[in-house]
Amino acid sequence: MDNVILGLPLYYYIAMVAKVLVAFVFVLLTVAYATYAERKIIGHMQVRIGPNRVGPMGLLQPIADGLKLFFKEEIIPAESSKFAFLVAPLVALVPAFLTFAAVPFGSTIEVMGYKVPLQIAAYYDTDMGKVVDLNVGVLYVLAMASLGVYGIVLAGWASNSKYSLLGGLRASAQMVSYELAAGLAIIPVFMLVGSLSLQEIVKAQEGFRWFIWSSPMTFVAGLLFYVCALAEINRTPFDMPEAETELVSGFCTEYSSMKYAMFFMAEYANMVTVCAITATMFLGGWDGPFSRTMPLLSPLYFIAKVYFLMFVTMWIRATVPRYRYDQLMTLGWKVLLPTSLALIVLTGIAGFMGFNTFFG
Amino acid sequence: MDISTIFFTIVSVVAVVSALLVVTCKNPINSALSLILTFFCLATFYAMLEAPFMAAIQVIVYAGAIMVLIVFTIMLLNIRADANKKSFHNVPLGIVVGIITLLTAGSFLARGKVSDLPGQITPNIIHQVGHTELIGAVMFTEFILPFEITSILLLAAIVGAVILAKRNLS
Repeated sequence: MDNVILGLPLYYYIAMVAKVLVAFVFVLLTVAYATYAERKIIGHMQVRIGPNRVGPMGLLQPIADGLKLFFKEEIIPAESSKFAFLVAPLVALVPAFLTFAAVPFGSTIEVMGYKVPLQIAAYYDTDMGKVVDLNVGVLYVLAMASLGVYGIVLAGWASNSKYSLLGGLRASAQMVSYELAAGLAIIPVFMLVGSLSLQEIVKAQEGFRWFIWSSPMTFVAGLLFYVCALAEINRTPFDMPEAETELVSGFCTEYSSMKYAMFFMAEYANMVTVCAITATMFLGGWDGPFSRTMPLLSPLYFIAKVYFLMFVTMWIRATVPRYRYDQLMTLGWKVLLPTSLALIVLTGIAGFMGFNTFFG
Repeated sequence: MDISTIFFTIVSVVAVVSALLVVTCKNPINSALSLILTFFCLATFYAMLEAPFMAAIQVIVYAGAIMVLIVFTIMLLNIRADANKKSFHNVPLGIVVGIITLLTAGSFLARGKVSDLPGQITPNIIHQVGHTELIGAVMFTEFILPFEITSILLLAAIVGAVILAKRNLS
């Protein structure tokens, strides 16, 4: 263990800190401007203009929103469970950011003669001559996703309000059911790759052999994963936990000021994370034209894919109405879960018959 | 002291404190939260022991699934903190069991060497092959029978749960 932690040269630590800072700032900025983009995009889809007052084309709107929420009065309900009420927004926010530690956002670049893989939890092993990353990358992502539910459940329970509690209960039931289907939907991918490491998964898709079109099974798996992921992060049409028309604002009804803003940030950070993971697993990660010869291009491809998927998410929100609660549960347990199980079996049978992907 | 020892000390202090909070908290939700923290510390220990697969599974299964169900149950039954109730049941039994466990552990410690006993799987092999691959290879060859027995057991449990839940439906 020591040679892994201490035996590495100084550049390793500098690169690590730099990568953490870059990824963190990138996610924060994306989160801030995703709110603006969502309002603009949905505005245009509904033939409205959207925010255009603060700054040129309303570009300073996220900053104005942030300042406004920051200066609002902080109200903690008298009958709430104080500790759980205070930690719930943090518990919601932290796992969303932690997931990014395992996501490869670019290929390996060379800085002053040193090879630096653009992935936080990875380093270039000179002895083995390859990039070593988290051996259980996919499982780490699933583990962090499964923790996201606590923030919402705690918020719902601690507020001591019926709307919050109903929102929290719905959230936990929904997230637990869809987590299963999402977890099973990515099994065909690592059956084909033969590894749980995200670096290996991207490498298997290099040269436009992306899983979204490399076999019928992974195509369906990709769609399935994306739908389940939307349900897991409570986006429309699966936003039952905070259905305004029924539950006021669901689990965050009693929250105000910065704590409310943190739930909002958590929602958008989860959206970035989910889109990043879908892009990594099914859209080839940082792969694109000339990405192998010019590694500096690779982060741009990755960002473009993430932004495209985020746009689709907003598009879906503007298009599809909310599911009813029983429809949601039926869809999850009776349609998506059996389909993902069938995909695993089909991928296995096809592999046994000698067909893995169209690209061999 | 090297950096991993310092890290281990910090994590183990958190583990012990959160484990104590599980049994001393009056509020059941706070107890459950402390238990989640304890599971996290256990996952960290697994990761430090070069067992990343175990660490991930620990978080997914215990912190992510089992504890969600426990928190769910506490919320549904709406168990609130009982501040006045003091219970001392099973304290003598607890003391007896604790002492027996301590003595057993002590006797194992006293019997011989406890650290630096490398088995077949060294950190080097784990780095070369990968922890998940190693576990998978052994689980589906050498330990296939226990694996299958466990899956039948789980299937029986699922069928049982469905029968219990759907008993009143015609």
